[in-house]
Amino acid sequence: MIEQAIAPPTTRLTRRRLVSGAVRALVAVAIAAAVLFGLGLVRDPEGPARLYAFLLDLLGQGATAEGLREGGLDPLHAKLTIMVIALAIGVGGVWAIFAGLNSLVDLLGPTWSRRVRPYVFIGPAVVMLLGYLVIPAVATIIASFTEEGAPETTWGYVLTSPEMWLAFRNNIIWLVLGTGGSVGIGLAIAALFDRIKREALAKVFVFMPLAISMVGAAVIWRFMYAWQPAGEPQFGLVNAAWTALGNEPVALMQVQSPPVNTLALIVIMVWLQTGFAMVVLSAALKGVPSEVLEAARSDGANERQVFFRIVMPMIRPTIIAVGTTVAIAILKVFDIVYVMTGGRFETEVIANRMFNEMFAFRNFGRASAIAVILFVAVVPIMIVNIRNLRRQGIGR
Amino acid sequence: MTAVPGVAGPRAAGGDNTSRRLRGLLGRTSVRAAVVLIAVAWSLPTAGLLISSFRPVNDIRTTGWWDALLHPFNAATNWTFANYEAVLSADGMAVAFINSLVVTIPATIIPITMAAYAAYAFAWMRFPGRSFLFAIVVGLLVVPLQMSLVPVLRMYSVLDLNGTFLGVWLAHTGFGLPLAVFLLYNYISQLPVDLFESAAIDGASHFQVFRRIVVPLSVPALASFAIFQFLWVWNDLLIALIFLGTQETVAVMPARLNELVGTRGEAWHLLTAGAFVTMVVPLAVFLGLQRYFVRGIVAGSVKG
Repeated sequence: MIEQAIAPPTTRLTRRRLVSGAVRALVAVAIAAAVLFGLGLVRDPEGPARLYAFLLDLLGQGATAEGLREGGLDPLHAKLTIMVIALAIGVGGVWAIFAGLNSLVDLLGPTWSRRVRPYVFIGPAVVMLLGYLVIPAVATIIASFTEEGAPETTWGYVLTSPEMWLAFRNNIIWLVLGTGGSVGIGLAIAALFDRIKREALAKVFVFMPLAISMVGAAVIWRFMYAWQPAGEPQFGLVNAAWTALGNEPVALMQVQSPPVNTLALIVIMVWLQTGFAMVVLSAALKGVPSEVLEAARSDGANERQVFFRIVMPMIRPTIIAVGTTVAIAILKVFDIVYVMTGGRFETEVIANRMFNEMFAFRNFGRASAIAVILFVAVVPIMIVNIRNLRRQGIGR
Repeated sequence: MTAVPGVAGPRAAGGDNTSRRLRGLLGRTSVRAAVVLIAVAWSLPTAGLLISSFRPVNDIRTTGWWDALLHPFNAATNWTFANYEAVLSADGMAVAFINSLVVTIPATIIPITMAAYAAYAFAWMRFPGRSFLFAIVVGLLVVPLQMSLVPVLRMYSVLDLNGTFLGVWLAHTGFGLPLAVFLLYNYISQLPVDLFESAAIDGASHFQVFRRIVVPLSVPALASFAIFQFLWVWNDLLIALIFLGTQETVAVMPARLNELVGTRGEAWHLLTAGAFVTMVVPLAVFLGLQRYFVRGIVAGSVKG
């Protein structure tokens, strides 16, 4: 590395430099104080009104200020004020932290500042990672064994109760059909779109759902699946088409009709994720050299053989990458199930179960054990994913 | 590649000219038809939502939205903005929209700033514990955020951070950082060494090198991650429900929309308009910044 070369020459460390360093450190402290003050304002619903009143007082407009204190600010105005303050402290605060710490390190003198500065650069990130991932993950594992009544009521429940087994079963169905569906359809679409001129335009339509939140997607598909009793006009597209073919309308997500409900939920996920698979696989398809394909064709291979014997093996790493990525997203699926059914009608999945144990029942021991299950399920897939990425030269 | 439509291949000048051309034309037409079919099928759900959101409440329930689409100017077909007015004011979507902005912008910029500094240090500074700490960052990619929810929730009730914007910013920062550091490291470590050497000769400090050279050169990577994180936070329901809650003063749009589904599940005029309000910003980002968007989604796909 270039550490030695970059170190500031000691001779240049004059008194002036020290003073300016101190000034910068002071400014940073002042910004930090302003941030703390701003945080107080953001948390207080009356904050913006009082801030404006205070400013008006400073300007000598006591009467207006008093009125504002009593009447309060109109909600939208107050909200916008909070937004501006929040953005200023959220964004400015983090920059102030780095600038301030960096100036403080300047005061240490050349040797120590060189030793300490890397930790200033990585420090905030490391603190956040420790506080939000490392320590909580360990605490969750411990909690799953030590909470009240554990391990019988936590692990015993998680591993043997019918609700959890239902969730496991559904997660496996999700994993197989959801991943297979997204990757398979994504690959088929990528190969098909590869043959047309306006490929980029066509891709937009399939890719667009990725911008939509799972809650939004759930509402979209709730409307698609909307059900009315037979004889009444069906305004949900699925039931309208189904009844137009002469069938009885199906009350999806409203009655116990396994496994149709889970399948209908998986369709939503496939609709969302196929675009991702398509884009990544399409890039891989374009990476297959055309000479190879031409050579195979001139050797008498038909299109089907070319695709399955030549193209597929060549883009295998990409298929693995896409498959593992979609699989992880699917293992942790929560929003779709939570919004559509809340886990009722035999659609329970692991992440939704955990949310309910944690939030609805305040059963932190069980929630922790379920989280550990999820972790154990994700790790092997993630390891395959990261290894696969590294083999392609990413993240070394 | 194979049959490129519109480009007559030189091979077409063979013996059984006409039949080959005919077959090519048929093939191309069927491919085109399939492509159009897929594009339409994929857009139908969203189109139905969008069209219905402009229809009066009674019309939505009596005729399918495709009827309105087929006869847009019929006397029987009415269009209205009333659904949006209702959902924005009475159902608090306008406030939720602002809350979403307040949550999302800092929750994007804070992690990206921290990650950029850390990635620079991991790539271009030498210090004890460097490879160990970096290995931890990569390792944390495999930890699903569900592992953190219970302890962080408990920590927040001690610190009184539940239901505050600060709490959500920090949570999104913590959960987004492993990926952010990983991606930015991959980019920043690939910048040419010469840049740093000449900067060092000119007497630039690390801080200056970072701000004047690394940040400007890393804009593509920063933009890709920023878009990914922005969409992730904007569309997130889980963390918003747990750490922010559903009170109107703080609730973000996904939480609010979820409430609407729960309380007014059959009020389709509100649900369609509300859902579209939540989708406007991501769709605008998608259409406006498509290149970065695709890159961001693809790069961010390893989020744990």
